Amino acid sequence: MFNKATELLNLCKEQNKKISEIVMEKEMKHSKISYEELIDKMNDILNTMVSSANSALDKEVISVSKISGGNAKKMETYKNKGNTISGNLINSAMARALSTSEVNAAMGRIVAAPTAGASGILPSALLTTRERFNLSNEDMIHGLFTAAGIGEIIAKNATISGAEGGCQAECGAASAMAAAAIVELVGGSVETSLHAASFAIINILGLVCDPIAGLVEFPCALRNASGVANALISADLAMAGIESMIPFDEVVEAMYKVGKAMPESLRETALGGVAATPTGEEFKKKNL
Amino acid sequence: MKDYGVFDILGPVMIGPSSSHTAGAARIGKISSEIAKGFFHKVTFNLHGSFAKTYKGHGTDRALVAGVLGMEPSDERIKDSLNIAKEKGILIEFIETDLGYVHPNTVKVDFHYKDRDDFYVIGSSIGGGNIIITNINGNEVEFSGDYPTILLKYKDQKGSISKISSIISNEDINIATMKVSREGDIATMVMEIDSPIEDKIIDNISSLNEIIYITGINPITR
Ligand code: SF4
Repeated sequence: MFNKATELLNLCKEQNKKISEIVMEKEMKHSKISYEELIDKMNDILNTMVSSANSALDKEVISVSKISGGNAKKMETYKNKGNTISGNLINSAMARALSTSEVNAAMGRIVAAPTAGASGILPSALLTTRERFNLSNEDMIHGLFTAAGIGEIIAKNATISGAEGGCQAECGAASAMAAAAIVELVGGSVETSLHAASFAIINILGLVCDPIAGLVEFPCALRNASGVANALISADLAMAGIESMIPFDEVVEAMYKVGKAMPESLRETALGGVAATPTGEEFKKKNL
Repeated sequence: MKDYGVFDILGPVMIGPSSSHTAGAARIGKISSEIAKGFFHKVTFNLHGSFAKTYKGHGTDRALVAGVLGMEPSDERIKDSLNIAKEKGILIEFIETDLGYVHPNTVKVDFHYKDRDDFYVIGSSIGGGNIIITNINGNEVEFSGDYPTILLKYKDQKGSISKISSIISNEDINIATMKVSREGDIATMVMEIDSPIEDKIIDNISSLNEIIYITGINPITR
């Protein structure tokens, strides 16, 4: 059992195991299921993720409210022209994150990871890493367990809900989960995974939750795109050997406190941030 | 500290856009219709708070209807549920209302029948797809639907509770929680048990002559 990252790190060290291995063992005990059942369940999750991350790339998926959609396809088309500023990998990652966000807003099937609002980040991060390093399905599944372990620590010690902690909690958690998983997948150490997860949260500490008209669309889809970029660069920062001065557990606590200090208007009420701008208000009036 | 498992973090697999406004709404709809039972020809959804304000954009309307039609939160037909209800000849009505001091995401679901009285269920979607059912046709209750749940209404007599619980334990099933409330001599019981509910148990309990109403609800897989 582990509640904190320090405990997880110790378990990994004592048993000379990866985060994913410790998380899988814990889960088998926790929910009393066999290894095969566990892998099967995660495989279902992975399949849903793969399909949501790809299905809006070649066709326009428009949201139920009709206020957004079609941007994943735009991004993919732009990337395919080969003249992007930040490169193929980042652009492809953003397109896939947008895809899941758009599928979600259009009432398609997604995996809450850890929430529906932030569901685009982790699938895209893993698929992008798979493509770059030719990883296997099994690697993806391991990556998902690593991500879940990091998510559990955040959920237990802070929050993963935008209504409670702002977008730093939702998209922050998703990016941290993804960053730690990427590091493990490319062969980084447990410490490096935790540095990457710390960076991902620190990079967006204080980010507010301000969905226009209260709908999980704008700025949510954008924050999924920037969230996956955040995960990828955080993983690179850590793999370069840069260390977080603040340990992950303390970063999580800081995030929680910042969330608590946020006024309610910036926590999913659509009463602050871009939701409360004149244009945001106009959308709200038209759509409610 | 609340305990989390891997699939609380990665999951549920659901139809978007919102775990509280869509997935939770579908669960409330599904459980409500399992409680109400029978062939209703019309359903009225009385939407409160945030449900009332944002139900269209979040697809709460479609999710609720999908739920009463028996669909689960991961069913891709949720999107078309309004049409599916129409094809089945079930009338659907949405009313924005104020249900008083209740959770902001609350709905009162009225089931209308041709052959019997209306029946209602009130439920709230409390986040992450989790729900609570708070009222069944005027009887205040509180349960989440996360565990196999048996709902009972019976004429309270000496020994009723022990008769009911011995039927359960004879089947080697463990009772996790049991809540009983009483109005006059009519008692309402909500019982959560540790194993899935089989028809046999419901049949055995309903053979007791004090039973007025009984239903068993198995959890929606997540
Ligand atoms: S802005 Fe709010 S609703 Fe949108 S993704 Fe961030 S936390 Fe979720």
